[in-house]
Amino acid sequence: MSLICRTLDARGLPCPQPVILARKALAEGGFDTLEITVDDAASRENLLKFGAYAKCLVEAVEEGGLTRIRLTPQGLAPAPAQADACPLPEGSSGGGPVEVVLLSADGIGQGDPDLARLLMRGFLYTLTEAERVPRRLLLMNSGVKLAVEGSESLANLQKLEARGVEVLACGTCLEFFGLTSRLAVGGITNMYELAGHLMEGPTLSLG
Amino acid sequence: MKLTSYTRFSGCGAKLGPGVLEQALCGLAQPAYPELLADFSGSEDAGLFRLGPHQALVQTVDFFPPIVDDPYLFGRIAAANALSDLYAMGARPITALALVCHPLKALGMEPLKAMLAGGLAALTEAGCALLGGHSIEDPEPKLGYAVTGLVDPDRAWRNNTLEFGGKLILTKPIGTGLVNMALRAECASPAAQAAAETAMATLNRAAAEVLAGFRVQACTDVTGFGLAGHAAEMATGERCGLSLCMAQVPLLPEVQDYAAMGLIPEGTYRNREGRLKFLRGDLSPANLDLLFDPQTSGGLLAALPAAEAEAALAALHAAGVPAWIVGDTGGEAGLVRIT
Repeated sequence: MSLICRTLDARGLPCPQPVILARKALAEGGFDTLEITVDDAASRENLLKFGAYAKCLVEAVEEGGLTRIRLTPQGLAPAPAQADACPLPEGSSGGGPVEVVLLSADGIGQGDPDLARLLMRGFLYTLTEAERVPRRLLLMNSGVKLAVEGSESLANLQKLEARGVEVLACGTCLEFFGLTSRLAVGGITNMYELAGHLMEGPTLSLG
Repeated sequence: MKLTSYTRFSGCGAKLGPGVLEQALCGLAQPAYPELLADFSGSEDAGLFRLGPHQALVQTVDFFPPIVDDPYLFGRIAAANALSDLYAMGARPITALALVCHPLKALGMEPLKAMLAGGLAALTEAGCALLGGHSIEDPEPKLGYAVTGLVDPDRAWRNNTLEFGGKLILTKPIGTGLVNMALRAECASPAAQAAAETAMATLNRAAAEVLAGFRVQACTDVTGFGLAGHAAEMATGERCGLSLCMAQVPLLPEVQDYAAMGLIPEGTYRNREGRLKFLRGDLSPANLDLLFDPQTSGGLLAALPAAEAEAALAALHAAGVPAWIVGDTGGEAGLVRIT
């Protein structure tokens, strides 16, 4: 059984036309994944928001000035072929695939800080290449340092964001380190939102 | 006929981003006329030119594509929006000239008549005489007014003269950009549409007249740059910055839902790009989508000494002007803190 993908070309359309087209297509249904091509930042941001609002799995692929946004409606029983194509990682059977990854430090683990930072950089790089990415990456405590200018993980975080991962940095933490104005990827959030995201589904915590 | 279907942008959302204007004006200067009190080199709401010891001319112009489909209402909003810059300086409007772009073949004469009638009604309510105007054929309809007022230059309200220990009062709820996007997507609720239309069509005259009875430290009107963008202009003075309390900022109905749905005007993103660097504090995406929403014919944002704020609020309410205390003056000059 193959997956049905419907494509929409929303290049050059002013806001909110791309969102209107996506909403109409989702209401009509008849596909597994909807792919919308846009060519400006506002439409991309708006479609990412709309996808999350419509409870879709959201993926974004950047390609020479264009963004292809793939929305996969959730809540449908996955076709067997689809389940086979994306097996769950070993050992994560506890609560379904990880939706949220919390990075509460700029390194992974205790002990030698150089090793910890090396591991974090390796983890984020590997994630950019992984088949499955989390929906959100939350940065707290010194984890926010990963997303500021000059961070060696900045490019990887930008790649993840382009793949549709919402990167959110804790505003209090940025301010504590005096890094608010140097945030170079993702958005700033507060404890209210962070707590909401941490409680909404399976979370992986590293730091 | 849908007036808004002829335009890519709506209302003040069509404004060029703040960064673009700064670049375009960079390096441009004119002779130092002795009578010139404020020109494009500052970021005042209107230009000021001295006529005599206690009198100055205040001039400003504003025009934009339709933000509503009803042409009469659009005319009213266009005039209210243009006059707003005069009220933000504490000036009394005296004369206006119309700027009209109209696709005559596509739309015909009727909507043009209705637009001009709506505009004239608002000007008449302001006691402002329409002297004439200029019209051109254009595939995209646009309407606006160049308006002139008078003010005592020593008593004119400037927008960046904040002092410590003040309260900020806002006289209209925010979110007209989001409601407009939702209207275009045909998912705005009638309540949200009605509230936005009422806010946009209301003159800032009564608000300005009430505030004139108090010691206004600084005043501006909230339009295309959004609440945070105009707050950032207010904070550019020498003494102090300001803070906005999100929980106290009045919102039009349902605008948070529209933002979550991705119905965000392009202007919001442009405003954010230009002014985010002046903001500190709780900069969650949810807050930024509201704070940078471009407003059309928005309210006055005025700073008053804290001791007078409650009395001013009561006087505004008594005059039928909805008004809210939305923040405080203080903190580092140049910065807007969001709590």
